[in-house]
Amino acid sequence: MDDSRPIFVQIAERIADDILDGTLPEGTQVPSTTELSAFYRINPATVAKGMAELVAQDVLHKRRGIGMFVSTGARARLLEGRRAAFVDEFVAPLVHEARRLGIGADDLHHMLSEAAGRTGADGAPGQAAGGAR
Amino acid sequence: MTTAAIETVALNRHYGGTPVLSDVTLHLEAGRVHGLLGRNGAGKTTLLRILTGLERPSTGTARLLGQDPFENGRLAGRFCFVKESQVYPDSFLVEHVLRAASLLYPSWDPALADELLDAFALPRRRRVKKLSRGMTSALGIVVGLAARAETTLFDEPYLGLDATARRIFYDVLLEEISTSPRTVLLSTHLIDEVDHLLERVVVIDHGRVAFDAEADDVRGSAVEITGPAAAVDTFVTGRRVLRRTGLGSVARTTIEARLSAAERAHAQQLGLDLSPVSLQEVVVGLTGAAILEEVAS
Repeated sequence: MDDSRPIFVQIAERIADDILDGTLPEGTQVPSTTELSAFYRINPATVAKGMAELVAQDVLHKRRGIGMFVSTGARARLLEGRRAAFVDEFVAPLVHEARRLGIGADDLHHMLSEAAGRTGADGAPGQAAGGAR
Repeated sequence: MTTAAIETVALNRHYGGTPVLSDVTLHLEAGRVHGLLGRNGAGKTTLLRILTGLERPSTGTARLLGQDPFENGRLAGRFCFVKESQVYPDSFLVEHVLRAASLLYPSWDPALADELLDAFALPRRRRVKKLSRGMTSALGIVVGLAARAETTLFDEPYLGLDATARRIFYDVLLEEISTSPRTVLLSTHLIDEVDHLLERVVVIDHGRVAFDAEADDVRGSAVEITGPAAAVDTFVTGRRVLRRTGLGSVARTTIEARLSAAERAHAQQLGLDLSPVSLQEVVVGLTGAAILEEVAS
């Protein structure tokens, strides 16, 4: 956990990360509030708030008396959200800085393709292919 | 408004002509963990003593679980106050303290008391007055947690406790509030250690409420900027500065702000380093500033 953002947001992100990378497949049960609270050493109410956020996004759902489960289609919904955030958080500042440095669109495109190609050669071909397109 | 476990309205307390608490108005919800933060001598202990009926406010009102706490027998067993330095009768052994507590608190959990006694390595047959400072603190924590009272107030409960023992306290506290929710008011200056445990933060400074907010709203509400003094000053113009230190041409300033991506990029362009500010630093910024003003006046 870092100090720059609310803890409940970070908890929601960690659970979302686990869903995205397949650690928590759709349909599986998410650790309980008590377990997460003890593991991350944060207040259980804060954990519950983070979970509620994911329920509101239709990523998790509650089964009364049993616990929280990953919803069907959760991964696709999260990916969609992350892609939108990717533009805001990474692409927009990149383009902004490129403009300041006088790097034209063609140059930028070339740099990106090259960087993506390099990452691919380093052993993450799936991600690189997705990013280069 | 939700149910308050602890409530004060325009509470004042003075000793002779010296004000200790001034115009303290608080509404602390039931079932949550609240932090009472502030420097030594800020008035935290006096506030806790009033809330638990050991003292009376000079003016204003205090309510604990909806009742006037002053010498109120009906509240006995419903709250537990773990004092910074609890005094027990000279003849008491550790087990006597636990037995007395088990009679006072209807929700007393003997299994939890045993577990904690072992965790803190507290000898049951030792006289309380022979306990070390840290062991006395540990005993207070055992009582505070095992009492399972509706409202538990801890006043700097870990004097003399080492880091491992404090860790045990925090872990068991988390487990307890998660399995049987209750109201906790934790007075402390070890803010960095407890900030992830707290849901609400009240900062008392010179007897006044300097700050009263959700802990998660505080996080990310300030940012520390380090870099060439001139650039730092340009960047922080028009913002609320919590703290500023300088070393030659380099300055470090904490400002109250949530910076946008564009502002962050601008700071980087000016050659400034941005780093997040912990709850502790925000509190130091808030309570330290008052001291600087005082020196200046």
